[in-house]
Amino acid sequence: MTATPLLVGRDLHRTFGATPALAGASIAVRPAEIVAVMGPSGSGKSTLLHCLAGILRPDAGQVRYGEVDLSAAADATRSALRRTEFGFVFQFGQLVPELTCVENVALPLRLAGTRRRPAERTAREWLERLEAAEVAGKRPGEVSGGQGQRVAVARALVTEPRVVFADEPTGALDSYHGEQVMRLLTEAARRTGASVVLVTHEPRVAAYADREVIVRDGRTRDVELVG
Amino acid sequence: MCIVTVMSIGLTLLGLLEPGPRHGYDLKRAYDEHFGQDHPLHYGQVYATLSRLLKNGLVELEAVEPGAGPDRKRYAITDAGVTDLDGWLGRPEQPEPYLSSTLYTKVVLALLSGRPAAEILDTQRTAHLALMRTLTRRKAAGDLADQLVCDHALFHLEADLRWLELTTARLDALAQEVVR
Amino acid sequence: MRRWIRDLALGTRLVVGGGPTAWLRLAMTAVGVGLGVALLLLATAAPTILSGHRARSDARDFAYTDGPASAHTVLIRQTPGSYRHHPVHGVLVQPEGADPSVPPGLSRLPGPGEMVASPALRRLLAGPDGAELRSRYPARVVGTIGDAGLAGPREYAFYLGSDRLTGRGQRIARFGTEQPRQPLDPVLLLLTVVGITVLLVPVAVFVATAVRFGSAARDRQQAALRLVGADRAMTRRIAAAEALLGALGGLVVGAVLFLAGRQLVELVEFDGISVFGSDLHPQPVLAALVAVALPAAAVAITVVALRRVVAEPLGVVRQGVGRRRRLWWRLAVTGLGLAGLVLAGLGRDGGGGVSLPAVAAGVLLLLAGAAVLLPWLVEFAVRRLPGGGVPGQLAVRRLQLDGGTAARAVTGITVAVAGAIALQTLLAGVSHGYVHQTGQDASQRQVLIEDTVPMTAGQRARFAARLRHTDGVRRVEAYGSDTVAATDDPELFWSVMVADCATLRTFAALGDCADGDAFGVDGTDARAPRPGEAVRTTDSPHGARLRLPAGLRSVPARPDPTGMTHAGLLLTPAAADRLPVLGGRLSTSGFVGTDPAEPDAYDHVVTTTVRVDPTASVFSLQGTQVDARFGTVRRGLLLGAIAVLLVIGASLLTTVLEQLRARRGPLAVLSAFGARRSTLTVSVLWQTAIPMFLGLLLAVATGLVLGAALLHLSHATIWFDAAGILGMTGAAAAVVALVTLLSTPVLWRMMRPEAMRTE
Repeated sequence: MTATPLLVGRDLHRTFGATPALAGASIAVRPAEIVAVMGPSGSGKSTLLHCLAGILRPDAGQVRYGEVDLSAAADATRSALRRTEFGFVFQFGQLVPELTCVENVALPLRLAGTRRRPAERTAREWLERLEAAEVAGKRPGEVSGGQGQRVAVARALVTEPRVVFADEPTGALDSYHGEQVMRLLTEAARRTGASVVLVTHEPRVAAYADREVIVRDGRTRDVELVG
Repeated sequence: MCIVTVMSIGLTLLGLLEPGPRHGYDLKRAYDEHFGQDHPLHYGQVYATLSRLLKNGLVELEAVEPGAGPDRKRYAITDAGVTDLDGWLGRPEQPEPYLSSTLYTKVVLALLSGRPAAEILDTQRTAHLALMRTLTRRKAAGDLADQLVCDHALFHLEADLRWLELTTARLDALAQEVVR
Repeated sequence: MRRWIRDLALGTRLVVGGGPTAWLRLAMTAVGVGLGVALLLLATAAPTILSGHRARSDARDFAYTDGPASAHTVLIRQTPGSYRHHPVHGVLVQPEGADPSVPPGLSRLPGPGEMVASPALRRLLAGPDGAELRSRYPARVVGTIGDAGLAGPREYAFYLGSDRLTGRGQRIARFGTEQPRQPLDPVLLLLTVVGITVLLVPVAVFVATAVRFGSAARDRQQAALRLVGADRAMTRRIAAAEALLGALGGLVVGAVLFLAGRQLVELVEFDGISVFGSDLHPQPVLAALVAVALPAAAVAITVVALRRVVAEPLGVVRQGVGRRRRLWWRLAVTGLGLAGLVLAGLGRDGGGGVSLPAVAAGVLLLLAGAAVLLPWLVEFAVRRLPGGGVPGQLAVRRLQLDGGTAARAVTGITVAVAGAIALQTLLAGVSHGYVHQTGQDASQRQVLIEDTVPMTAGQRARFAARLRHTDGVRRVEAYGSDTVAATDDPELFWSVMVADCATLRTFAALGDCADGDAFGVDGTDARAPRPGEAVRTTDSPHGARLRLPAGLRSVPARPDPTGMTHAGLLLTPAAADRLPVLGGRLSTSGFVGTDPAEPDAYDHVVTTTVRVDPTASVFSLQGTQVDARFGTVRRGLLLGAIAVLLVIGASLLTTVLEQLRARRGPLAVLSAFGARRSTLTVSVLWQTAIPMFLGLLLAVATGLVLGAALLHLSHATIWFDAAGILGMTGAAAAVVALVTLLSTPVLWRMMRPEAMRTE
C-alpha cells in the first residue's frame, strides 16, 4: 500500500457563483486502487470528481495525474487525457440516446481514433463481459436501467483506462441491480488494473472500494496519503 | 428496553461524573434524564455500580456530608477513571446490530464532556465500513447462502451507518439539547 | 365547451404565473407569431399600396392639350428623368393666365427662377451629392411639395418656374388625369396571386413553428400536470391555452410591428420607389380574418401536434419512433395540387380565363405537399446512410431517431425556396413579353439630346465643344434639325438634318460627300424628297415655301443609334446656307458616346445640356426596357422573398438552439469523454446540412414543377432561369450556414463540462 499515488488532488477549492463547493479537499488515488468518495448531498463529492477528472478546473489547489498538472493543463490536453486514460460512468448512464448500445460503448474508442469495425468488435467483447451482450443492437431508450448502467460501465472500461470515474453509478438502480453493476465494475477494474474513483452516498456501494474518503462541507477528512 | 446495556452503565456513570463530582442521587437523575427514558435506573443499581467503580479505583469519595445514608456521599472521577472513559469512548464498538444505543450514549457523553463527538462517529463509521468491505469481499467469494448472510449483515450495518450520518448531521442540535 | 373554457383558463394561469421561463416562452412565441402577423397584414395591405401609389401619380400627372391658351392653362416642359440613376420628376412650369392650374401639394406655381422641391430633393440639393443637380438650375427654392403631390415620401420631385417656355413648352389644361382603371393584365394578376400565395405559405409554416417554441419545457409541465391527475385531453387543452395566449400576444406584437413598420417604411426606398405609411392600410375584412384565423390555427396546430405526443406522469413520450411514415397521402397532397393547376387550365381552354382560386389552391397544395413530403424524404434517405466518422455517425443516428424534428426545422426554408423558384421561373418565362427590345443600339452612343432652343451653327459648334469637354464624354455628333412638309401630301413630313458629312453618315450611306452637298434619304416607309421639289417650313401653319436643291442626291437610309430611319433631307452646312430658313437658327440634336467607366457620364451630359438650354430633352439609350408595371411586380416579389427568407432564418435559429438545449446532457457526456469541439460542431453541421440538402432538393423539384405548370398556364414557353434558381438555392443555403454559425457559440458553451452540473 505504499505505491506512488497515480492521481493526487491537493487542497482543492472551487466556487460556483457564491456557493463554495470545494474548500480545501485533498485526495490521493494509487494505481489499481478503488477509492470511495462519500459524503452527504451537496458536500462537494461530484465537484471533487470533476476536478480530478480534468472536467472542471479548480479555483485553487492542484490536480496531478502522473507527471501532468491537470489543474494547469489546456483544454485540449485534458480532453486528450479523458479520451485515452480516463473512463466515466454517470448516475443515469447518460448514454447517447441516438446511438445503439454497442455504438455507445465503441464511442470512446472511436473518439480516440479507432476505426469503426474494430471499435465495435472490442465494444461487443466488453458488453459480453458485463453480461449485456443481448442489448448490443438496441437503443438506450429500449433497455432497462440496470442494462443501461452496465452498458455505461462497458463504455467507461472499453479503452482500458488507467482511472475510471464513477459518479453515483448505482444511484438510479435498486439494490439488486446496483450490486450487480458494482460487482461487474469492480471486477473489471481489478482485472484491467484500473483505479476507480467512486462517488457515492451509499455505504453498501462504498463497501466495494478499498477505502473511503469522506467529503464534508467541501473538505476531506482521513486522507492518509497526502503529505 | 434500556438504552445503555448493563456492561456500560459503569462507564456511563464515569462519563457523567467527568464534568464534576456528584451525589449518587444526582447521578441517577442525570442518567435518567439523558438515557433512562422509560426505564429509569434503580437506586440499588446506581450504588452497586458506584461501589464497583470505587473498588476498581475509577471513582473516589470526595466528601461525606454529615448524617447517614448513601445520599450524603459525593463521588468524583479519578485519573484512572478518566483514562478508562477515554479508552472506551475512543474505541469503536464492534459493528453489530442495535449498537446505536451504546453509540448514542458515547455521543451524548462526548458532548457533555466537551469532547469532539464527530470524531467518535467518524471512527465508528470507519470501523463499520471496514467490516462492510470484508463482508462484501466474502460475499464475492462465497456461495449464495454466504451472500445472503453477508447481505443481511450488510443491510444492518448500512442502517447503522445511515444513523451515523444522520446523527453527524444533527450533532449541533443535539449538543444544544444535551448541554442545556 | 365548459371544460374547454375551464382548462384554457387554467392553462392561462399556468403561463401567467409560470415565472420567467414561461414568460420567455410566451414572448418568443408572441414575437414569432407577431412577425408572421405583420407580414400577413402587409400582404393584405398590398392592394392599397399599389392603388395609393397610382392615385398619387395620377393626381399630379398631366395631359397635353391642343386647345387655346386660357387663364388656367400652363405651359410645361419635363426635365431629364433621372439623376445619379435615381428617378427625378422635374417639371418646368409657366402659367399662361392669371389663374393657372396648380399641381397637388403646391399652394401656387413658382415664379421664374423659383423652385418648389420635394423634401427628399431639398435634402439632396442641400448636400454635397446634390451639387451637380444644383448647378443645373440656378433657382431659389421657395417651397416644399406637400405629400399630396408626391408618389412616395422619398421621391425626388420639383417644379421650376420659367419664362422661357413660350413656343417651347407643351400646353396643359390642368394638373391631374383620370386614367381609366386598367384591369391588371391576366398574367400579371396570375403572378400577383401566385406571389402572394408563395410568400404566405412559408409565413404559415413559420407561425406553426413559432407556436411550438419551448416545447421541451412545456413537455415537462405537461408531465407534472399528469402527475397531479390531469388527463390527456386536459393537458392538451392546457397546452392549447398557452398557444392561444402566444397567438393573441402575437396579434398585438404583429399590429405594433405593422404600425411601426408603417412609420419606418417611409425611410425605405427600393429602386427609386418609396411608399407613404398612410397608403398602407390592411383591408378590414382580410385583417379581421387574420385576427380570427390565426389564434384558431394556433390552437389547432397545438392540438394536432400533441396528438403524436403522449404526456405521461413521469415524462413525455413521442410516438412515431419506429413507425414508418407513409408516402401515399403525402404524394396525394402533391397530386391534388397538380390537379388544381390542371383544373385552372381547363377553364382557360374552354374560353374563360384562368381560374385564380384554383391556381391559388393548386400552388398552396403543391407547397404543402413539399412540406409533408420532407419528413418522409429525410426518414427514407437517412435510413441506410452509413455515416462515416464519429460526427457523421452521431448526425445520421440522430436523424434516424428523430428525423421529424430536423425536417420541421427546414420545412420553412424548403417551402420558401420552392415558392421562390416557381416565381422565378414564372417571372423569367413571362418576362419575354414584358422586356421590350427597344431596337436602340447603345454600344456606340449612349445618350441622345433632342429639341433644344434654336441656335446658330456657331452656337451649335460651341455647344458641341462644351459637350466634348464634359467628363466621361468620348464623342459627340451634333446636328441642326428641323422639319419640312411636302406640298403635294398633307400627311408627309420630312426631317431635315444639318451637319458635316461625318455626322450625316449616321443616318444614311452617303458615298462621296463634300460641304455643299445635299441628300434625300431613300429606303424608308415614306417617299424620298425629289431634287428641286417645293416644300414648306413647319414653324407656322402656313410656312414659307422653299425649293429643294436641284443637286439633291438620293441615298439609302441607315438606322441611327435609336434604331430608327428618318425620311428626309441631309444637308451639309454650305447646302443649308443656300436655303432661306434652314440656314438660320435650328434646334440642335445630337448623339453622345460616353465612357462606360464613368457611371455618371449621363448626368454630366445632362448638366452641360441643361446649362445651355434648360428645356432640352436628354435621353439615355438602352437596348432593352422593362415594362414599368412588370418591373414593379418583380421587384416587390423579390423583396418579399428576401423578407421571408430572413424571417425563416430567425425561426430556424430558435429551433436549432432549442434542439441543442434539449441535447445538453449527451453533449456534456461526450465532452466528458474527451470529444473534440470540432467533432461535435461538424456533427451539428451535418445534422442541419443533411435535411437542408434534402429540403433544397425537394424545393428545386417542387419549384420547377410548379413553375413549369404556371408557365404552361400563362402560355409562355417553358424555360428555366438556372442562375436565378441557383441564386435562390444559394441564398437559402447561406441562411442555413449562417444559422449554424450563429449557433456554434451556444454549442460550445454547452460542451463546457460545467454544463453537466446544470441538468
